[in-house]
Amino acid sequence: MTFFNFIVYVVIGVSAVLSYFVLANWAHDYLVGKFSKKNLQDSIFRPWIFMAPALIILLVYLIYPVSETIRLSFFDNYGREFTGVSNYVWALNDSDFRQSILNNFLWLIVVPTTCTFLGLTIATLADRVWWGVFAKTLIFMPMAISFVGASVIWKFVYEYRGAGNDQIGILNAIIVYFGGHPHAWIAIPFWNNFFLMVIMIWIQTGLAMVIFSAALRAIPEETLEAARIDGASEVRIFFYIIIPFLSETIVVIWTTITILVLKVFDIVLAMTNGQWGTEVLANLMFDWMFRGGGDSGRGSTIALFIMLGVIPIMIWNLRRFKMEQER
Amino acid sequence: MSEIVIKNLNKYYGKNHVIQDVSLNIDSQSFTVLVGPSGCGKSTILRMIAGLESINSGTISIDGNIVNDLSPKDRNIAMVFQSYALYPHMTVYNNMAFGLKLEKLTKDEIDSRVYDAAKILQIEELLQRKPKQLSGGQRQRVAIGRAITRKPKVFLFDEPLSNLDAALRVQMRVELAKLHDQLDATMIYVTHDQTEAMTMADKIVVLDQGKISQSGSPMDLYHNPKNLFVGGFIGSPKMNFIKTRILKKSSQSISIDLLGQKSFLLKKTGTNLKTGDEITLGIRPEHLKISKDLKNAWKGKVFVVEKLGSGTFLYLDKEGEPLVVETDGDSKIKVGDTINVAFNPDKCHVFNANKEVI
Repeated sequence: MTFFNFIVYVVIGVSAVLSYFVLANWAHDYLVGKFSKKNLQDSIFRPWIFMAPALIILLVYLIYPVSETIRLSFFDNYGREFTGVSNYVWALNDSDFRQSILNNFLWLIVVPTTCTFLGLTIATLADRVWWGVFAKTLIFMPMAISFVGASVIWKFVYEYRGAGNDQIGILNAIIVYFGGHPHAWIAIPFWNNFFLMVIMIWIQTGLAMVIFSAALRAIPEETLEAARIDGASEVRIFFYIIIPFLSETIVVIWTTITILVLKVFDIVLAMTNGQWGTEVLANLMFDWMFRGGGDSGRGSTIALFIMLGVIPIMIWNLRRFKMEQER
Repeated sequence: MSEIVIKNLNKYYGKNHVIQDVSLNIDSQSFTVLVGPSGCGKSTILRMIAGLESINSGTISIDGNIVNDLSPKDRNIAMVFQSYALYPHMTVYNNMAFGLKLEKLTKDEIDSRVYDAAKILQIEELLQRKPKQLSGGQRQRVAIGRAITRKPKVFLFDEPLSNLDAALRVQMRVELAKLHDQLDATMIYVTHDQTEAMTMADKIVVLDQGKISQSGSPMDLYHNPKNLFVGGFIGSPKMNFIKTRILKKSSQSISIDLLGQKSFLLKKTGTNLKTGDEITLGIRPEHLKISKDLKNAWKGKVFVVEKLGSGTFLYLDKEGEPLVVETDGDSKIKVGDTINVAFNPDKCHVFNANKEVI
């Protein structure tokens, strides 16, 4: 029965969209033909008919939430009373918020750089060994795992049991095997941030690697041979020829991962829930917004700070994209 | 001095034996052209000389030193590629200076070498541009300039003119020949275009399926092809081939069947051929004459007339490939005419069943 319903909904949906375009187009032709002497092909209204559904969806799901978030950030916890900038003042003085900003910064510096670096290195090296394809498959696989799933896996890796007990976490097991002492890794302030970043790097390196692999293939072999004849060593070729060739790809990968990192949430929630100094903005926002009764004012304020972080990268990306188009 | 000696060179790609026991001497300061159809192994040989391709057996030596195991940069060579292979992110100046910087030359030395090369190639005003702002011909000049600045013993060219349009190709051909005179360097040039080979080479090496078919001076190859392949490859339009057989053999001459119309006497002595043997008669379009003389002549019907201004090519209907005849530019012969074509017996080549000349 559900399957039947599903089919019905699909048919209804598709035909609704189709009839919208057909009818709107027909109405447009009829009205424009009646009131204007100009050629129908030149009509300035027609593009709007076709863009309208997308614009409406954008408006409802993007513009409205943003403006509503901005509004809520100036109101109290229930969104009823106007409180001015008090939420912002609170945020800037809140130690958790400051910690989150700092941690987000740390993530921003470490994760995109490491992913890009590892992805490029692995993509380059994997092409030179016979087991490269196998290695690439292994490195790409984490891409298929969700952040929460990956966190569960790594929770086991970092698992801690008191000294003297059997260590079920592989990291502690190895350390104990070599005569060291077990540690509760995710509870060691400051360094635990890096242990969480490892998870994101583990997942995202595959993406960087695959894109770099494709980009490397696009470099003409003759250019590399010319450099070889010119007397360049393989290392020099890598830095002076290959890297400049890949500069666009590097920027794309770096920004993609940067934006992803700005929104990091699931890993922190699943691993530490922001304890032991690992709080990040997205998790803090979630905390204020939905936990302990919820405070839509403070939650919205934090959300806006995240948006503030993403916007410059977005603008830069769009500008770069436009420049590429114009070239 | 930069003589190149290749001895018993072999190369396999898997089971494919792509270079089969090639031996070749390339004189110092010569312009040698390796020519052949695609897949004949000419580029592979060049790349083996450059060190970009490994050698399965045999040796390559430059100036008496075996270079088999030397990396490209230690062979003192420069190479110009068909795709130009410029570094797209560097200016023309930096493209040309890249190798020099790696050699750790002084700034002044690099400057003077780049400007000298740019002057020779007339690309001085392009030095600050990026490759993508250049036309194909300009890019090829930069690629050549990059080779010149390094002052190598040996220049290797891998079909450098193939990506240029016809007019530019002719111009660059002349300039390359001039460059060879100016630089006094050994140049090895790979092409599939027999015109380039004929016009530029001191020595042409014709390759066919991984083997040297024949090597020698352009005129030697033109006048005395050793086999059917070289006869057909050198010269444009290509040599006419007529499959026929020996009617009668005497001690001084052989008499052959001329397209079923007439018997034809050729002075050939000391051949192993017998009466009745299958042979191929080869004659170039320029060695066929339209005349009233009926001796050693053949009558045929014209079905295509190609007027080039300087000359006219007539395509005559015969069994198999048409017979091409070159005649005057202002010839009045039209499609459909039947003409009498006289064969110059001194210019005829006879190939046996093994496709070798006799």
